[in-house]
Amino acid sequence: MLRETVEVAVRAAEQLNETLNAFLEIDREGAVRRAAEIEKSSGAHKGSGAGVGGGAGLEGGAHEAVMAGVPVAVKDNICVRGMQASCGSRILGDYHPPYNATVIERLINAGAVVIGKTNCDEFAMGSSNENSAFGPVKNPWDTTRVPGGSSGGSAAAVAAGIVPVALGSDTGGSVRQPASLVGVLGLKPTYGRNSRYGLVAFASSLDQVGIFARNVADVARTLGVIAGRDAHDSTTADVPVPDYGKTLEGNLKGARLGFPTALFGKGLDDEVAGAVKNVVDVYRELGAEIVEVELPHAGYAIAVYYVIATAEASSNLARFDGVRYGFRAEDAPELRQMYRKTREEGFGAEVKRRIMLGTYVLSAGYYDAYYRKAQQVRTLIKNDFLTAFKKCDAIITPTAPTPAFAIGEKVDDPLAMYLNDIYTVTANLAGIPGLSVPCGLSSQRLPIGFQLLGPYWSEATLLKLAHAYQQMRPFTERPPVFA
Amino acid sequence: MPITDADIAKVAQLAQLELAAEELKTFGAQIAEIVAYVEQLNELDTTNVEPALGGLTPEGEKTDSSRADEIAGSLGQKTALAEAPDPASGHFRVPKVL
Repeated sequence: MLRETVEVAVRAAEQLNETLNAFLEIDREGAVRRAAEIEKSSGAHKGSGAGVGGGAGLEGGAHEAVMAGVPVAVKDNICVRGMQASCGSRILGDYHPPYNATVIERLINAGAVVIGKTNCDEFAMGSSNENSAFGPVKNPWDTTRVPGGSSGGSAAAVAAGIVPVALGSDTGGSVRQPASLVGVLGLKPTYGRNSRYGLVAFASSLDQVGIFARNVADVARTLGVIAGRDAHDSTTADVPVPDYGKTLEGNLKGARLGFPTALFGKGLDDEVAGAVKNVVDVYRELGAEIVEVELPHAGYAIAVYYVIATAEASSNLARFDGVRYGFRAEDAPELRQMYRKTREEGFGAEVKRRIMLGTYVLSAGYYDAYYRKAQQVRTLIKNDFLTAFKKCDAIITPTAPTPAFAIGEKVDDPLAMYLNDIYTVTANLAGIPGLSVPCGLSSQRLPIGFQLLGPYWSEATLLKLAHAYQQMRPFTERPPVFA
Repeated sequence: MPITDADIAKVAQLAQLELAAEELKTFGAQIAEIVAYVEQLNELDTTNVEPALGGLTPEGEKTDSSRADEIAGSLGQKTALAEAPDPASGHFRVPKVL
């Protein structure tokens, strides 16, 4: 039974990959073998019920194997031993890391089966998946459109019903924005909730491993498995991991939800604005109190983000030099020349652009003007949230300013592409958790999502709020491309 | 402050990127546009604002990350070299430096 579930997922991944390009590697043999092992060792378990198709949950399994036989897809910038980790880049190509990321180790210990590695924007830099060296992922709702990014492959794999759960990484919205564009849930936890050990670093002070799923219970269970302190990542915090699945039920009487009116203005698609305002009405009906909040510095978040994220990236990506792993350029007889040629040939345009920008803002004479200034405004953005959360338990915003856009539409205009992240980057800058929840379809039948932002360590609250919404307004639509 | 071609060439050199002339030109214009956008931060008075270095929450800052200084396992030479583009006699081989 477990084996069958995994086989179904692998077959779906294989069959739909021609259409979606969501997977860069599918490990049929390893996944089936692993499922058989789990089945054997937990012979007493009666079916995983893992929700391939139909959106069923991760029911069943003993306590020590809460995800027994659940097929999972993993973004190709998270290390899984025995599988590739290309990060969507030519410079890593078919690099095979010799170890598991901590989040993977924990998933495997909980019985989950990694069926494949998913396509993404190169080194997680992008909002459309068009920056992958291995071609863009297609949106299962309309294959002429982007699935969002950078974790577009993981998002598409869950939306298309291939797997019930997938992991991504979120540095400025790379889990929440694609979740919104393909109509699934996407969680970016509090900074320090999940280990980054084995996640290839983009911007270390912003990166967090995030979760995609089609229902809240699956997000809750997966978070419970992967979260918590890890000795291999000194930025993980010593904060207890609650049983997130236990606190999903219950009414919302007394809950206070913040509504930042000023964020519902320029640049926001009318249909998205309307859909998110309807969400507010649903919460009001559910008994929540809606309070007006202000985030006066939110408008500066993109500017701050593209200084800090690129500065950290320029440093983190210095390690890709053709010496210890990955690609090395040929015909470079001198060391420095070899570095430069390797990086020139190995990195794509967006990665080079960001390394250049990051190097520029950190270079002598500009550090104070750009980098230090951005870090100061980051403090102001954090303080905005601390102030807002004195008045409310969570804040509602759109996740992305528009539904999915066409492939090719924004490739020549980096700044326009960056503005996609306007509602999501603040959470990374402040370190707070954010959850994108599907809330309907546009007139063109494209998914729309809203975002819940909460104080540090408030994942349980966000999941409860999302669950209450989904009970009232279940998102049952399925894309045309579905397993 | 305008960004000159020389600035962009210098940045490429610092970033260890051997960019083609065409790329230098495209990136120069795009980076100038992004930097101009970033300059809106100057509207804000941040005189007495502490920079937010790192991403830790207050709980993260309180977490003690020190550990006992004990010998633990390591990858070993063979595994560590397994993915190297040009390993030689237990080392990472690189082109000549001088």
